[in-house]
Amino acid sequence: MLEVQNLSVSYRGNCALHDVSFLIPSGQLVGIIGPNGAGKSTLVEAMLNLIPSTQGVVRFKGRSLKNQLLNTSYVPQRSLIDWDYPATVWNVVMMAQTVQAGMFRGFSRKARHLACAALERVGMYDLRSRPIGELSGGQQQRVFLARALAKEAELLIFDEPFTAVDRKTEDIIFDIFDELRAEGKTLLVINHDLGDSLAIYDQLLLLNKRLIAQGPRQEVVTSDNLERAYGRGLARVFA
Amino acid sequence: MLDLILEPLSLSFMQRALMLGILLGILCAIVGSYMIVQQMGMLAHAISHSVMAGLPIAYVVGLALSVGALVAGVISALVLYLIESRSRVKTDAAMALILTSFVAIGVTLVSVIPGANRIDLVHVLFGNILGVTMQEIWWTLVVTVVGITLVRLFFKELLFYTFDPKGAQASGLPVRWYNASLIVAMTVTIVVCLPTVGALLVVALLVAPAVTAYLLVKELHQMMWLGSVIGALSSVIGMYLSYYLDAPSGAAIVLVSFCFFCLAFIFSPSDGLLSGLWTQRRRAKLTNHEH
Repeated sequence: MLEVQNLSVSYRGNCALHDVSFLIPSGQLVGIIGPNGAGKSTLVEAMLNLIPSTQGVVRFKGRSLKNQLLNTSYVPQRSLIDWDYPATVWNVVMMAQTVQAGMFRGFSRKARHLACAALERVGMYDLRSRPIGELSGGQQQRVFLARALAKEAELLIFDEPFTAVDRKTEDIIFDIFDELRAEGKTLLVINHDLGDSLAIYDQLLLLNKRLIAQGPRQEVVTSDNLERAYGRGLARVFA
Repeated sequence: MLDLILEPLSLSFMQRALMLGILLGILCAIVGSYMIVQQMGMLAHAISHSVMAGLPIAYVVGLALSVGALVAGVISALVLYLIESRSRVKTDAAMALILTSFVAIGVTLVSVIPGANRIDLVHVLFGNILGVTMQEIWWTLVVTVVGITLVRLFFKELLFYTFDPKGAQASGLPVRWYNASLIVAMTVTIVVCLPTVGALLVVALLVAPAVTAYLLVKELHQMMWLGSVIGALSSVIGMYLSYYLDAPSGAAIVLVSFCFFCLAFIFSPSDGLLSGLWTQRRRAKLTNHEH
C-alpha cells in the first residue's frame, strides 16, 4: 500500500501542491494526469524527498518512503537528461545497482546478470555498447525502463515515459507495465496525454495543485472533473 | 632533432616545469571531464578569478597564498549558490557579479593592506611555469594522486550523479556532497594550476584536453584517459615552444591544447566537421540516386 497524507509543497511562497492525500493498493498501475504546471512532477519529487515539502507523510508498505529508496525505481523526465553525455547503454543500466553495490566496490555478478536480463526484456541487449546519444527517443526510454527493471524495486515511478517514443516502444512499455503489475509491483506513471493510453491504468489521479479526483478512468475523466482541472474549453474536447 | 628535444632537459628549471606540466595535464583532464559533463565551465571561470580575493588576506594572516585562494574560491561558489537558490537572479548574471566583485576585492585589498602590494598580480593573472619549485611539484603530485584515488573510489556514484542527478538522489545517493566535492576539487585544481598558467588561462587547461577527448570517445573514463594524454602532451609541447620561441609558457600550453581541440573538431570520426560533411554528401547522393 502506498499512502500519501496531506502532502503540500511551496516554492518561494507560491503553492505548488496543496494538501494531497491518496491511497494506492499494491499491484496497481496508476496514472497521474493534469494540465501543465499542475504539480504532477512536484508530487512525485516531493514523495521521493527530492524537493522539500511543507507538510505531509508518505508511506510505502507502512514505512516512510524516504527510508526505502532502495526499494523504489524512479525514471525522471527525458528533458532533464543530457543525452550527449559520454555513457553507453550498459553504463546507464548499471546505474540501477550503484547503491546496492556499496561504496568502494565494483558491480557483482548478480548485478550484471540483472542488467543483462533487463536489457533483453526491453529488446536493447544487442545495443548495450552504443552511446546513449546515438539512440532514438524510444530506444533511450527503453534503456531507462531497463534501468528501472534492473533495480528490482517494489515501487516504480515514471515521469512521462511516453514522451518522444515510437509505437514499438509504447507497446513494449505497456507489456512490461502489465507484467510488473502481475508481479504485484506498484506503478505510478505521470501521463501527459489524455487519449486512449489512459485505458491501461487501474486508476487515475487527476491533479491541479490539489487532488481533483481519484478512481477508475470513467469516474475521473468526466466533463465536470476535467473542467475543474483544465478549464472549460479542453474539458469539452475530451469528455 | 634529438638535440632540440634534449637541450632543454639539461636545464633544471625545464625539468621541473615539464614534470609539473605532465602532472597538471593529467589532473586537469580528470577534473575537467566532470566539469564538462556537469556544464560547470562558467563556474570554473568565475572561481578562477574569485580566488584573487583570498591572496592579500592570506598574505596578511601569514598563511600560504594557495590556502587563501582556495578559501576564496569555495566562498565564491557558496555565495553564487546562495544567490541562485534564494532569488530570481539567473546563473550567468550571478556569476558575472561574483567574478568581478571578488576580483575587485582582491585588487582593492592588495593596494589597501600594508605590505600586500608585494603580491605580483601580473604573476597571478598569467603565471609562470618556468619558475616552479620542487615543493610545488610535490604538492601537485599529492593533489593528483589523491584526485585519481577519489575518482577511482567514487567513479560509479559520480557517473550516476553527473548523468542523472535526480535519479541518483532518488536512489539515496548523497548528491549534495558530490556536488560540493566536485566544486572543491575544481577549486583545488585551479589553485594548483595558478602559478603555472595564471587565473586568466587556467580554465583552458581544465576544459581543452577534456573537451577534445569528449569529441573522440564514448565513455567518461575513456574521456579521462585520453584527456590526460592530450593534457600532458599539450604541456610538454607548449613548454618546448615557449623555450624556443621565448613565448609565455602558460599561453603556449593553452594554444597547443586548442590546436588539439581543432584537430578533433575537424577530424573526429564520429563528431568531426569532415565526417559530418561526408555523411551529408553521401545522403545527398543516395537521395539523388533514388530520384
